[in-house]
Amino acid sequence: MVSKSRDVRRKLKEQAAKKQAQSTGMSDKVTKAKRKWYPADDKPRKRTSRRKVQKPSKLRASITPGTVLILLSGRFRGKRVIFLKQLASGLLLITGPFALNGVPLRRVNQRYVIATTTKIDIQSVEIPSVDDSWFKKNKKKPKSDEMTDTGKSKLPESFLNAQKSLDSQLVPLVKQVPFLKSYLCSRFSLSYGQFPHEMRF
Amino acid sequence: MVFKRFVEIGRVVLVTYGEHRGKLGVIVDVVDQNRVLVDGPQTGLPRQTINFKSLTLTPFKVKIQHGSRTGVVMKALEEKKIMEQWKNTLWYKKLCSRENRRKLGDFDRFKVMIAKKRKAAMVNGQVKKLKSLHTMK
Repeated sequence: MVSKSRDVRRKLKEQAAKKQAQSTGMSDKVTKAKRKWYPADDKPRKRTSRRKVQKPSKLRASITPGTVLILLSGRFRGKRVIFLKQLASGLLLITGPFALNGVPLRRVNQRYVIATTTKIDIQSVEIPSVDDSWFKKNKKKPKSDEMTDTGKSKLPESFLNAQKSLDSQLVPLVKQVPFLKSYLCSRFSLSYGQFPHEMRF
Repeated sequence: MVFKRFVEIGRVVLVTYGEHRGKLGVIVDVVDQNRVLVDGPQTGLPRQTINFKSLTLTPFKVKIQHGSRTGVVMKALEEKKIMEQWKNTLWYKKLCSRENRRKLGDFDRFKVMIAKKRKAAMVNGQVKKLKSLHTMK
């Protein structure tokens, strides 16, 4: 008997709740259903933005800070350089070091790079706070009337200083390992009987 | 020139092609003009017929009957200590060093290149010295 009365009470509660819903939130629906016409045009719907967000590419497992890389394209192709860190854009921050083989602080795509198994411990090296905006060039060239102007702008002082301090830290590290200095100074190339798909780096 | 190595029963051969490349075996039977039955219990070469285009004959030979079973071949190989003899050959050592060279990374390859250059310079220096001595006389 007790259980029955409980059931009844629950039902009553539910009915009350329904009524309340109709009087407030659900009332819109009721009126909508009663409408006898439809708008002729569709309501413009807001589109979800499809703008691509560039995610930084995943770093290859073989590339860690201090790895010696071989550059494959561009002006410095064939040069062996040291990987410093990955930037927010996913590009790799590298340097020759400049004092050894002339490759400055530079960004490269990891696609255009061969990672070697040679690694230098650069934990002690303080990497200058470089981000992608560093490498953006001023597109506007200052107009000059003189014919002698070569159009070359000088590198900002901060860049030069960063390169200098990096080199001064990296070069002694490189010199510790025998043959590493001359290795970094030399260019990579294939010779007879060498097939890159069969070689290990 | 007289041939000294023949395709014959008991000839020790080296597989130079395919899955079992680099393994040593013994010719147990000659199937036809092209193929032989080979067994290499010591090197993990399973008993099988192989085209002898993918084999090289070694100077070693073992005394077995044709069609001998694996156990007999094993005994014959152990008796003559073929594996030890093989590992002492220059041939085997060259194969090993070639394999080692293949495994080198870029930096090691660079170091090898430098060592080679140094060696060549030393040799050439000596040759020059001896040449000049020779012409002096």
